[in-house]
Amino acid sequence: MSDLKYSQEHEWIRVDGDVATVGISDFAQSQLGDVVFVELPAVGTQVSKDAEAAVVESVKAASDVYAPVSGEVVEVNEALEGTPELVNQSPTGDGWFMKIRLSDPSELDGMMDEAAYAEFSANQG
Amino acid sequence: MVPFAGYEMPVQYPAGILTEHRHTRTQASLFDVSHMGQVTLRGPDGFASAATALERLVPGDIAGLAPGRMRYTMFTNENGGILDDLMATNVGDYLFLVVNAACKDADIAHLKAGLSGDIEIGVLEDRALIALQGPAAAEVLSRYARDAARMPFMSALPFEIDGSRLAVTRSGYTGEDGFEISVPAADAVRIAELLLGEAEVEPAGLGARDSLRLEAGLCLYGHDIDATTTPVEAALTWSIGKRRREEGGFPGDAVVRDQIENGVSRKRVGILPDGRAPAREGTEITDAAGVAIGSVTSGGFGPIADRPVAMGYVATEYSAKETAVQLVVRGTPRPGKISTMPFVPHRYFRGPE
Repeated sequence: MSDLKYSQEHEWIRVDGDVATVGISDFAQSQLGDVVFVELPAVGTQVSKDAEAAVVESVKAASDVYAPVSGEVVEVNEALEGTPELVNQSPTGDGWFMKIRLSDPSELDGMMDEAAYAEFSANQG
Repeated sequence: MVPFAGYEMPVQYPAGILTEHRHTRTQASLFDVSHMGQVTLRGPDGFASAATALERLVPGDIAGLAPGRMRYTMFTNENGGILDDLMATNVGDYLFLVVNAACKDADIAHLKAGLSGDIEIGVLEDRALIALQGPAAAEVLSRYARDAARMPFMSALPFEIDGSRLAVTRSGYTGEDGFEISVPAADAVRIAELLLGEAEVEPAGLGARDSLRLEAGLCLYGHDIDATTTPVEAALTWSIGKRRREEGGFPGDAVVRDQIENGVSRKRVGILPDGRAPAREGTEITDAAGVAIGSVTSGGFGPIADRPVAMGYVATEYSAKETAVQLVVRGTPRPGKISTMPFVPHRYFRGPE
């Protein structure tokens, strides 16, 4: 069973201690189509839950990516600069976006597990 | 599928826009462009009077079209602004127009109001339009219509394929060699499937059509050109024949001729953003000091250029190629430079001679 949690904005999160790795879901990348550019926040940026934290651009359009939790950005996936297609190829693996040091772990409580997200996204297409 | 000008259109097929785009530039793609308006104009003596009549509405040299030849032109308003852009073909005994889907009804009303009563306007509601585009297009089509391979760019011929009578032009909206095929609606699916059955041909949607035309530097009506932009500002002066520049006789001719002679204050240009961030439609363009000089009208990622590409309008003093500009993307100025277009060379077939 996956250790991922999901937001209603189609971000996933994987928590390790007090640091959460964040990316966009497989459903989200499939809806976006071919990703050609990802704009990531600077390391050290404070992000707030549900506020814009990154931008992902497909051939078609630019879309905001929201921080599913609040905290400080401690690392970003520099590989996306040269190979944004990782978001399509491995959305929950090598296509991760950023790592956030949680400022309020209770924010995780409202997120969906894999099964709940699968049902949620099935009603979005 | 998305709604587009009253039609349900595919943005992309399962292969995705990037793959469809690359396939078009390496093999051949089939696009369903049946949403485009197909219109015929017939005068009392066939083509000549229809051409003379149309010239009252467009700046292109239509009367000078040889039989079987076509030309890109536009309907202008009294200020020289562009009401729509279109293709006009001399089919021999009549004039054949292809106009934009979103402008179709307005164009037909404009033709009815602007042409004398002896010009018969036919709206071909019962014909589909299929574009076959890419370096393999001629080889593929010539399997069914042998002479198609010899047609030069911007020419037209009738063919019969599998019992269906088709009007074929060697033209398109991708910068590649290719054809647009006007087909009776009842035969459209059969002809499309016939061509899709060829090994080189894959389907492509609206998304790839847009990224291909942007790389090719071609205008999208309603974005890069509209009623507020003139052909001179839009860098389409090449489409206005010498005789028409001298004689005028089209709506806005005084404005357009003055602009050709004395210049314009803004121009459509190509723009290459530095780095990887696309500059989309609406992006503000500034000079190095941050002073606004224009805006992007189409922008995105060029899959073959392998970088972001854009076009837009800038003040004429900034329109020379290599001029350094800034593109304000999500509030952040990013460097870029003015570029010639197309971003990927056109590969039209100019003829066997």
